[in-house]
Amino acid sequence: MTTKSYLDMELLRFTTAGSVDDGKSTLIGRLLYDSKSIFQDQLEAIENTSKQRGEEGVNLALLTDGLRAEREQGITIDVAYRYFATPKRKFIIADTPGHIQYTRNMVTGASTANLAIILIDARHGVVEQTRRHSFIASLLEIPHIVVCINKMDLVSWSEDVFESIKSDYTSFASKLDVRDIQFIPISALKGDNVVDPSQNMLWYNGSTLLYLLENIHIASDVNHIDARFPVQYVIRPYSDKYHDYRGYAGRVAGGIFRPGDEVEVLPSGFSSKIKSIDTYEGSLGESFAPMSVCITLEDDIDISRGDMIVRKNNKPEISQDVDLMICWMNEKPLQLNGKYAFKHTSREARCVIKDVKYKMDISTMSRLAEDKNLGKNDIGRISIRTTVPIMFDSYRKNRITGSIILIDEATNETVGAGMIV
Amino acid sequence: MRAYNLTHLRELESESMFVLREVAAQFERPVLLFSGGKDSIVVSHLARKAFWPAPIPFKLMHVDTGHNFSEAIEYRDWWAKEINATLVVASVQDSIDKGRVVEEKGYNASRNVLQTTTLLDAIEENKFDCAIGGARRDEEKARAKERFFSHRDEFGQWDPKNQRPELWNIFNGKKRVGEHFRVFPISNWTEMDVWQYVLIEKIPLPSLYFTHKRNVFNRDGVIYSVCDFMKLKPEEKTEEMIVRFRTVGDMTCTGAVLSEASTVEDIIAEVAAARTTERGSRQDDKRSEAAMEDRKKQGYF
Repeated sequence: MTTKSYLDMELLRFTTAGSVDDGKSTLIGRLLYDSKSIFQDQLEAIENTSKQRGEEGVNLALLTDGLRAEREQGITIDVAYRYFATPKRKFIIADTPGHIQYTRNMVTGASTANLAIILIDARHGVVEQTRRHSFIASLLEIPHIVVCINKMDLVSWSEDVFESIKSDYTSFASKLDVRDIQFIPISALKGDNVVDPSQNMLWYNGSTLLYLLENIHIASDVNHIDARFPVQYVIRPYSDKYHDYRGYAGRVAGGIFRPGDEVEVLPSGFSSKIKSIDTYEGSLGESFAPMSVCITLEDDIDISRGDMIVRKNNKPEISQDVDLMICWMNEKPLQLNGKYAFKHTSREARCVIKDVKYKMDISTMSRLAEDKNLGKNDIGRISIRTTVPIMFDSYRKNRITGSIILIDEATNETVGAGMIV
Repeated sequence: MRAYNLTHLRELESESMFVLREVAAQFERPVLLFSGGKDSIVVSHLARKAFWPAPIPFKLMHVDTGHNFSEAIEYRDWWAKEINATLVVASVQDSIDKGRVVEEKGYNASRNVLQTTTLLDAIEENKFDCAIGGARRDEEKARAKERFFSHRDEFGQWDPKNQRPELWNIFNGKKRVGEHFRVFPISNWTEMDVWQYVLIEKIPLPSLYFTHKRNVFNRDGVIYSVCDFMKLKPEEKTEEMIVRFRTVGDMTCTGAVLSEASTVEDIIAEVAAARTTERGSRQDDKRSEAAMEDRKKQGYF
């Protein structure tokens, strides 16, 4: 790969959720293997292990088992990140386990993904787990879903089986908030339609999984309309050369900022103009998400971490009362009227749980209004009141300014992942 | 109309700068662990960019095993001056002299394991509450599950089964007194990303990475540099070879590769064609299948 083409590549983050049996690890192993991302020593290591266990052939699934306990028990406990690149794109896979007790891992993996691969075993069709994965993908606003109907080799490469699963899935997915769904019949084990087109399913005219991953349009997945700049850190060099320099470091969370823009600083409401957008390489004419830059303003106003710079004519909501969909991640259930620390963009404070509106049954996607107990791996809708106002957008509009985490003040553990409604 | 999207390297760069700024904002006494290897060099370069025009708001710390390549030490001292950072050196030799650790014996003796104690002692003595490292998730399978912000208890231990979930780009660095964090800003980079970035950013590297003549010997298929810290077995012979190093660690556990790559472009071509991982020449990982996981649990970086 030449340096020029390497420097032109885009980054696609995707998540795969599935159980031990539906061939997820084999699929990832296949993508890594067929795209030549596996090295000789890694291959030798799994060949040895496969042989020791008396397995036939090389078990590609072994490539993705990281921790000792996982190898011993043949399960995936935690989110693991894998990397591979083709001449077109670099890929980050968030590989998550699929059982119900691992919903929190699926949510974690989905939180940074542009695309989700949902695996369906062709012999079993759409099952409860499929619905759960799909619901989580839609809840986390993953823009693209690719449904891989796997193990086509075990249903005689049947077009009818594929079409019937596709129609089942489509009818249930109509209840979900997903913008883009595609279907591919594959055999991860034999490699059909993963990297190379299948010779066994000539009835399928669509693209292979890798082709789709390489070509799906992702540039518009980021919000470039609503300008949001959470201030992360104040840069004051106190040097002779930059004596009076006061810059606001942060990562653009949405929209486009240019020098001269009329801006407002929240929550104080003071107005100013952008004087410069600085980087180590020099000042920029514009900056957009997800660039990390340093902004200076024309006026000397008091700004600190947790504040947000926005355009004067396009402001987020500012409130202390916020409604969220929350995924609970801790053994200790959510406490109604309980107090938690929270983090939202660069802002951190405390909040109280005012109300649990309902719990979701994530298998049937129905709302359980009577059930207010949110335990580990449960998802529900809640209302919170924060000690200070926060500046937010709905999660649907902006995944950065619309997301929040709750922290247990006694243990400091991250206990809840919230998406602002 | 122009497209508002970043190339993957610039997106990774921005993510890493974001993480470094979070460290400066969330911790009182962070420190950047600096080994003289390309990964920690890239992290310190990113730190320079993240806080410009102010200097990097934390010190660099090198855990010196005493078995380092002299080229790496020279580079370390030069680079710290170059980026205007203060360097702290924690010495494994001191830990041995104080009786905190006991040196391994035999032909394959390494100080690799010992440096964990030195590191944890130095973190405690200096009251560092966050140690920034250059580890990447693509390096090794135990690292594939590491968080950006990785919590360590008061014994410096990592508990892989009880890691805090890490969602979106919100990092939870809250901790109790005596606990600390390890933060890995280039978690999502691969070896190739690091090399391409070194090239476009024109980051200077220690000479060890480039081809040179060296007196070496072969042990169990690994080419080692002849040095005072390793005793040759009777059947081992030294010879001069044209080599370079893919990683920079201790002389006792870092193998060389035969190579004539004299520029970063040459190295990129070599990495693209390579059929073994860079840690494939690291003996410390080969001790057992879970070697890295075990060391990490105890506080290794």
